[in-house]
Amino acid sequence: MIDVLYFAWVRERIGLPKEQVETGAATVADLVEELKAREERYEVAFADLSALRVALDQELSEFDAPLDGVREVAFFPPMTGG
Amino acid sequence: MAVRVQQEPFALGAEVEAFAAGRRDAGAVVTFTGIVRDLASGDLNRMVIEHYPGMTQSALEAIEAQARERWELKDCLIIHRYGEMAPGDMIMMVATASPHRADAFEAAEFLMDYLKSRAPFWKKEITPEGEVWVDSKAEDEDALARW
Repeated sequence: MIDVLYFAWVRERIGLPKEQVETGAATVADLVEELKAREERYEVAFADLSALRVALDQELSEFDAPLDGVREVAFFPPMTGG
Repeated sequence: MAVRVQQEPFALGAEVEAFAAGRRDAGAVVTFTGIVRDLASGDLNRMVIEHYPGMTQSALEAIEAQARERWELKDCLIIHRYGEMAPGDMIMMVATASPHRADAFEAAEFLMDYLKSRAPFWKKEITPEGEVWVDSKAEDEDALARW
């Protein structure tokens, strides 16, 4: 079981801020494919991965990163702080 | 060294005063303040800043640690707000204290460049026409390359 978090427009498109996902995905990209296969709202949110960033256990990571031992995955658009 | 992520406003004058007061080790204090800018049309009602509570503090601390490694800093302060703000409200500030002004200026610029695209905040603009998430800019990402 892995916690999946969504922020900003990703959260709005998927319609929830957080969910628990039972997954055997090896990488972030595999998890994205699993989610996209679920429902259209995921398909819409994950349509363009170049417009998204991912953090694993609260550290920025990459879509090809392994999910081994990861407890929390967060998807969000490029950050706009400052 | 302090990093504060908060919803409530901060008092810029009091923060800078406290940061600079009684310092004998630093000849230079540089501060930057980010303010909610209205749109050219004057139509911005509010700005809402969302953040990633579990990650924000540690991401800011990591950026601050990098700055301390690269420049001679005696102290450093980062305050960043989240939640709802109006045009003219202060969003964030950084302050750096160094024996020399070049270090204080450069470290402050570095902190700002990294805060823009590496700290998990997202801005949304609310106008009479609706709500729009602010897009990140290519030049913000490019700005990191110079460091």
